[in-house]
Amino acid sequence: MSRPVNRIAARFTACREQGRTALIPFITAGDPTPDVTVPLMHQLVASGADLIELGVPFSDPIADGPVIQRATERALAQGMSLRGLLELVRAFRIKDDRTPVVLMGYLNPIEVLGYTEFATAAAEAGVDGLLIVDVPPEEGHELVAALQAQHLDLVYLLAPTSDAGRIERIGAIASGFVYYVSVKGVTGSANLDLPAVTERLSLIRSVIDLPVGVGFGIKDAETARQVAGIADAVIVGSAIVSRIEALADRPAEIPTVVGDFVASLRQAIDGAGA
Amino acid sequence: MATSRAEAQDPQASTGGYALPDAQGHFGIYGGIYVPETLMHPLEELRDAYARYLRDPDFIAELDADLRDYVGRPSALYLAERWTRQLGGAQIFLKREDLNHTGAHKVNNTVGQALLARRMGKTRIIAETGAGQHGVATATVAARLGLECIVYMGEVDVARQEANVYRMRLLGAEVVAVKSGSRTLKDAMNEAMRDWVTNVDNTFYIIGTVAGPHPYPAMVRDFQAVIGREVRVQMLERTGRLPDALVACVGGGSNAIGLFYPFIDDAGVELHGVEAGGDGLATGRHAAPLCAGTPGVLHGNRTYLMEDDNGQICETHSISAGLDYPGVGPEHAWLKDSGRACYASVTDEQALAAFHELTRVEGIIPALESSHALAYTAQLAPRMSRDQNIVVNLSGRGDKDMHTVAQLDGISL
Repeated sequence: MSRPVNRIAARFTACREQGRTALIPFITAGDPTPDVTVPLMHQLVASGADLIELGVPFSDPIADGPVIQRATERALAQGMSLRGLLELVRAFRIKDDRTPVVLMGYLNPIEVLGYTEFATAAAEAGVDGLLIVDVPPEEGHELVAALQAQHLDLVYLLAPTSDAGRIERIGAIASGFVYYVSVKGVTGSANLDLPAVTERLSLIRSVIDLPVGVGFGIKDAETARQVAGIADAVIVGSAIVSRIEALADRPAEIPTVVGDFVASLRQAIDGAGA
Repeated sequence: MATSRAEAQDPQASTGGYALPDAQGHFGIYGGIYVPETLMHPLEELRDAYARYLRDPDFIAELDADLRDYVGRPSALYLAERWTRQLGGAQIFLKREDLNHTGAHKVNNTVGQALLARRMGKTRIIAETGAGQHGVATATVAARLGLECIVYMGEVDVARQEANVYRMRLLGAEVVAVKSGSRTLKDAMNEAMRDWVTNVDNTFYIIGTVAGPHPYPAMVRDFQAVIGREVRVQMLERTGRLPDALVACVGGGSNAIGLFYPFIDDAGVELHGVEAGGDGLATGRHAAPLCAGTPGVLHGNRTYLMEDDNGQICETHSISAGLDYPGVGPEHAWLKDSGRACYASVTDEQALAAFHELTRVEGIIPALESSHALAYTAQLAPRMSRDQNIVVNLSGRGDKDMHTVAQLDGISL
């Protein structure tokens, strides 16, 4: 296989060398139908995505706001599953062997599949990393071991409530990048407070050497531009998923409309560095 | 007189080796803390505060006084003589949690957590509720302490438990109808956790059962263990020995753990948990994860769940809204695997028969939840001898179920 050693590290290195902030769009796999997902992923890349976060639908998404909850329900209604999602990643990899793909979801679907079986299947399908919302470092040992054995990165969330001790503990086991949750809340909730986020990022950077992405609460190009000034990556989920939802009964239009929005984010982010 | 906390911890009390959970909340492979990072710090705060106040004589005295004067404890232990005679086996004692203020065991826990919330300086209380009993018990203590209270309740449950919704509103609580997912208890719990993530600074989440992330399963158990401590003292007084078997219904499992916990080290006391068999385990329409589920992770802990092959949580069914939950407290999962407790299920129909039976024979209208424990007792007692004793947890009264039962009888109230 021609797979790079680690697509995530390679991509962040390239971004740093080019002096640009990474853009990470989030979509839920299978939303509104499984057919849309792979073409949409290619469109995200064409519109300027550096890395794709692919949501694993779960029946009880406790960290997600209404927009992503509904995306999850649409995907589950279409029969989307973790195994089905890995097939989509495999299909994406036929044309794109460079863009990192990180799965974001909850533990139970992985638990039921089995950590080792999942890690093997995910690596084989072309997944690069995982962000499991409900697995803090305290509970992660077995999962981390299974993922490391397959060279998959485990991306951790850091929250406004994470104190210095927790940041350090998470820094010791995180890989790929860390994801700073910019607001106390669920996905797509409040507007972020830029000075507060800036302060937290400097604390995180003093402890953790990995790139730091910022997400939860980036609703538009202007916020993306502001965050790009302080973060290594800008992560946008609900703002994209709500555009998918609006076109759920006209799926053919989704790649174009979402592609245009992601391109506008890209432009705003690149403008921030200029 | 018996059963103050101090008296219950006498030398005759069980002190043995059972010491779960561990520091991270594990009961063997079950339990733990599976939550988003934002909640890790508040959970640590709660764990530390709880550990501190558990040893604080002022806090314990305040709790004991509230349990006595506000809840009405100790609750009676009643020998159901006619029912015992009719079944023709072991003597059946009913632990009358139905006589508590608000009509169920739920208030033992909400009194404790609300006192904790006040000591921690939290001004806003949130809770999830299914049938509305925990919601009412939470709204009740929030009213008494003057705390803001928001109760999340699935839209389906709001519609079928109108009276409890009105009770909560009378008590000053805001009831939020949850429209996501299956719009029942599990979704109400999802929504309460989302609220907590958003409002962690001033909000205390009063979970109603022995589920959720550590320290909830241990903390709720400790608050409910007053049930078993009283039973221990009452049975020693009445019969001079410990009971031969304990029976309780299990949804999340808080009334069962409350009864079982002080007896875990007493190998001679059988522990029987009774799950909601709904239309029967074979139909898949039930709420019996211990009997027919598999281990998984939901709502902050690892436990037995009703889930499909893809790890999605299944919708459950029970005649009793309070048992209609796809998970179960992690300590029950551990007690099942270790063989210390045994778990069975009874169907809606069997529970309903027991509901009518107790009502007519003893003049006590039980909650449909508790009727599951009664239905199982009706099978167990005849297999035991007349000199043996069973204690059944009558966890709640049946007033709230009048509409459900009347409807099944074709009567509209």
